[in-house]
Amino acid sequence: MENKPHDINKKEVVISIRDLHKSFGDNHVLQGINLDVYKRENVVVLGRSGTGKSVLIKIICGLLKPDSGTVTVLGKEVDRLNESELRELRLKVGFSFQNSALYDSMSVRENLAFPLVRNSRNMSQQEVTKAIESVLANVGLPQTIDQMPSELSGGQRKRIGIARTLILNPEIMLYDEPTAGLDPITSIEINNLINLVREKFHTTSIIITHDLTCAKNTGDRIAMLLDGKFLKQGTFEELFDTEDERIQNFYNYNFINQK
Amino acid sequence: MDLILNANEADMNFKKSGKYLITKKIDSFFLHLYAAFQFILRFFKEVFRPPFEFKEIIRQCYEVGYKSLALITLTGFVTGLVFTKQSRPSLSEFGASSWLPSLVAIAIIRALAPLVTALIAAGKVGSNIGAELGSMKVSEQIDAMEVSAVNPFKFLVVSRVVATTLMIPMLMCYTGAVAMLGAYINVHQNEATSFISFFQQAFDKISFLDIFSSLIKSIVYGFTIGIVGCYKGYNATNGTEGVGKAANASVVVSMFLVFVEEILIVQITNSIR
Repeated sequence: MENKPHDINKKEVVISIRDLHKSFGDNHVLQGINLDVYKRENVVVLGRSGTGKSVLIKIICGLLKPDSGTVTVLGKEVDRLNESELRELRLKVGFSFQNSALYDSMSVRENLAFPLVRNSRNMSQQEVTKAIESVLANVGLPQTIDQMPSELSGGQRKRIGIARTLILNPEIMLYDEPTAGLDPITSIEINNLINLVREKFHTTSIIITHDLTCAKNTGDRIAMLLDGKFLKQGTFEELFDTEDERIQNFYNYNFINQK
Repeated sequence: MDLILNANEADMNFKKSGKYLITKKIDSFFLHLYAAFQFILRFFKEVFRPPFEFKEIIRQCYEVGYKSLALITLTGFVTGLVFTKQSRPSLSEFGASSWLPSLVAIAIIRALAPLVTALIAAGKVGSNIGAELGSMKVSEQIDAMEVSAVNPFKFLVVSRVVATTLMIPMLMCYTGAVAMLGAYINVHQNEATSFISFFQQAFDKISFLDIFSSLIKSIVYGFTIGIVGCYKGYNATNGTEGVGKAANASVVVSMFLVFVEEILIVQITNSIR
């Protein structure tokens, strides 16, 4: 599925990052990140492993604290929110983990019900089941409802992980390496699912990846993260239309692995 | 929330600044102690705050209590039987084998039942909690709960600690009963004492304080085993290696603390007696 132009609202900034710094010990992974993500836009953050891509989205959803700089999500500065305000914000932000992070001890049904029943306590059992069935149909896996995570394939786990975040109807989706460890065909299915999620749920997304096919298929805009900073931003074609050897190398090794 | 819940993060901050107040090891020890204290404090804050995870507490009670029954039955029975068998020759030397029921009852109810239950639970339940939460931590399942606006501390930690604090005293009572049964079988075989007269003699020397202090002890042990397992699991790092370390540390630290608490509570009880 080729990425189509969407009704991105360039006036409405959903996520705004200013001069963000984060280090772990001596490792200064983010060195002054600036980024604006507009409503209903899919932004891909591209970069090599260990460059702090995942750290960036973990800061956005408040899992990690920045050393300095500001991260504003839906008009709220994440770092300054108290516990209940942060919980409120997290209801609007879905996070799809690299290894799916499904709860091993629970079935797919329980995995999906877990955030739902705890955040909408007045829902009846039938309403919960209906919501689970609906979201499973959206990710194309209605038959897995009573399976355990250990019985699912890598691609199915990714889809269920995405379904678990979609069940709360988020406004923002953060995908951490959605195609890592998947075969090319399953990867394309996941890319299509990311686009489908945007169509159906009208989400704004940040997709962290080092997979150029994923970046090309899902991203309206791609930001290249290198040495803790965004080297260049633009569409896929704009990004790689450059003389910069570091960006060219990334393209060559990732796509055709030659030259 | 500026509480240091993760001692590893605190360690990293120190490493970053490169400055230590005393030495690296001493600083790290106090940081971990502080983090553990904050963890316990958070437990007491969360345990009384709704919403309550009753279903999960009951599931954990089943895991901690019911699933330990087989092991506890065997251990309790053997402890009672063997303790009686080994004590008989010494008492017989003084012609005092009729004191066996009361001696055994005092030993079992005052010391053996709480201690044996706690050590078995530290090995079985503590390691289980440490490994389970540790693997949830390193596979980002705890983070997944957090980002889906669910309080993982309440669901994972509070339910487990409440379950161990409730179930270990119950298991202790059960261990005591099974151990006394083991003792009775041995006494009955050798002295042909009847069931009623054995228990009459046994409970003759047991006071309310003995039972009460054992109950208090096992509540403290239950809380210790639960909180140590959860703390170690919740702060696990470094993949599968970290999970192993968390499970191991849960057992070692909780056993160590159980013995320290035993000494303290025995001193307090003896000063009251």
